[in-house]
Amino acid sequence: MAERIRWIRWQRTRAIAAKDLRVELRGRVLLNQVIPFSVLVLVLFGFAVDDDGIAQRVAPGLIWMATLFSLLVMVQRTFAVEAADGALDSLRVAGVDPTVIFWGKAMALAVQLAVLEIVLFAAAIILFAPTLRVSGVALLTATWIVSTAGLALVGTLYGGLTAGIQGRETLLPLLVFPVVAPVLIGATRAVESGLGTTGAAVSEGWPWIGLLTVFGAAFAAGGTLAFGPLIDD
Amino acid sequence: MANAPAGGITPTHDTGTRVTQVFGTLAALGVAWLCAFGLLFSPADRDQRESVRIMYVHVPSAWVAYLAFGVTAVASALYLLRSSHSLTWDRLAGASAEIGVLFMGVTLVTGMLWGRLSWGVFWTWDARLTSTAFLFVTFLGYLAVRRLGGTQHQRAKRSAVLAMLGVLEIPLVHFSVRLWRSLHQDATVARIDGDPDLDGLMLFSLFVGLIAFTLLYVWLVIHRQRALVLEDALEDHGLDAALVERRAEAALQGGGR
Amino acid sequence: MTSVDLAAGTTVDDGSRPAVDLSDVVAVIGGFPVLAGVDLRVERGEIVLFHGPNGAGKTSLLRLCAGLLPLERGTGTILGMDVVDHRDELRRRVGLVAHANGLYQDLTVAENVRFWASMVDADASEVDGALDRMGLRGRLADAPIARCSAGQRRRTALACLVVRRAELWLLDEPHAALDAAARDQLDEIIRAAAASGATVLVASHELERTMALATRHVEVRGGQIVELPGG
Repeated sequence: MAERIRWIRWQRTRAIAAKDLRVELRGRVLLNQVIPFSVLVLVLFGFAVDDDGIAQRVAPGLIWMATLFSLLVMVQRTFAVEAADGALDSLRVAGVDPTVIFWGKAMALAVQLAVLEIVLFAAAIILFAPTLRVSGVALLTATWIVSTAGLALVGTLYGGLTAGIQGRETLLPLLVFPVVAPVLIGATRAVESGLGTTGAAVSEGWPWIGLLTVFGAAFAAGGTLAFGPLIDD
Repeated sequence: MANAPAGGITPTHDTGTRVTQVFGTLAALGVAWLCAFGLLFSPADRDQRESVRIMYVHVPSAWVAYLAFGVTAVASALYLLRSSHSLTWDRLAGASAEIGVLFMGVTLVTGMLWGRLSWGVFWTWDARLTSTAFLFVTFLGYLAVRRLGGTQHQRAKRSAVLAMLGVLEIPLVHFSVRLWRSLHQDATVARIDGDPDLDGLMLFSLFVGLIAFTLLYVWLVIHRQRALVLEDALEDHGLDAALVERRAEAALQGGGR
Repeated sequence: MTSVDLAAGTTVDDGSRPAVDLSDVVAVIGGFPVLAGVDLRVERGEIVLFHGPNGAGKTSLLRLCAGLLPLERGTGTILGMDVVDHRDELRRRVGLVAHANGLYQDLTVAENVRFWASMVDADASEVDGALDRMGLRGRLADAPIARCSAGQRRRTALACLVVRRAELWLLDEPHAALDAAARDQLDEIIRAAAASGATVLVASHELERTMALATRHVEVRGGQIVELPGG
């Protein structure tokens, strides 16, 4: 019986994630708006930094800053979809378990974030020309996975709280940015080690992966517990 | 004036009672004592000279800031976990957060002044100062969420959950920043992370500061918490008045048909 | 309901309790008492019309019954379940269609209905049945919501209610923005729903039309119920 319940919840989580991704595929907001925006942020950083050597060194940080700005947009979008026609209300009225909503939306957000980060990484290579090295690929991949998970979880969690209602959406950056600071620190350092931009060795990056994993686990647990109370109006 | 006692105190013109008078007096004495020791009796530092005296405000403020955070966290947990879901815990959490933000602000400002005077830089990225800054911003967010509206219990549940998430977040931030700064072994900047070596009298003055500020914190929180009780009671009474009005409105419209 | 998501210890409703039973209910939004002491009792299978001036509290009443607006004072049960203690469970058996339809704009009619079906583990035949009942089969089923008319969207929203097996239908101004034919269609749907056991509460300004439809009509004024005789 418990097995069946778990299976059903998993099915519903997948259904919500699938729904979110399908909405994105139709609406193409990520593709047409968010990705260009994030690349634009990188370019503007390039203008601001104005020194090729420095820009190359700080490229990892710039990637993650652009990601964070885009995260805000994406989180607001994923809940705007629900709020547009009262769907979040409908989800709650349908009595869908908030945990299912949380994980479904977090998964969909993670997929979109992952795509965004790849594009940003490529753009940073093109714009700032840091060198890629084979030895760093495993580290870079691990960073990509773990950071995306953490950001998606935190974004969904606080996004639910600030969703839809006027005067609440502006709270999202204030709430999210302090929380994701460890990701910014850790992911940047890990990418630096992966690329070797500051002369860091690949081995120095792995402790940061540990930190990012702890972060992800903490918010996986915390988010699961907290999402329900936070969206309950 | 409202007459039903709320939360154990009778609303009058102020939130003072014997308890707050005691704490207030002690706090005032403590602060006076701190001024005496901090400004007069304790010696100037070898390296930093007089500017070290800021430490007697900065360190106790930081201590109170973290104490306030702890109190908010524990009170929030108690609100959530106790089946009674008593709003007293919620108000305590809120009061502590407001006072805590005050002390965090003091910590940051004095920290910056101290840095500027002693080492010429306003901001050092050391773990304590940076973590306090994050604590500050987190609490600003917490206070903003408290003001989102809804019933008192909705407010309580939302902010309590947020406080719990803060408990998760702050250690992570602190640890990340520490790990990060440990990579930077700048020889050029002096040991900013460290407090000056403290001799007996300086240590004692610091201790005095801790006590004085803690008393001050307690005094402020008691007052603020009671003010929140009154605010909530006012809201309830406001609801009663609004109900009367609304029902009158119905009767009025009925007459017009 | 042998739905797997009934938690242990649920108040199992045997269908004998009234659909709605509210006693001196007060609900508050932003400090303002939108409902100022509502007493209401609705039996199963009724179609009840709520009318009244704007701001009277019709929408808030429906939202309270949907479990979206918390109770401030008073007591109430919906479908036999306490509004405070069993809010989550009662939500599952209630459907609300307000001005907003609860639909995803970028998805098609069928995809919307299928999504809600997946939330309650309804199978494909139930989806087809719901689409049929609402006259949404054929090419219309594959039209994105954004390109559907107001009437079609409303019917899609109702199809979602059907597929969710909602026992209490809460309709807030359902006739708004619909043309005459669509309104007639809607009335048929409401009658059919009540005939098959659902209870329907309708808030509407369309007095003439809904009075003919309803088994009872009730006036809401100043956050309270004023029952008219002959209802």
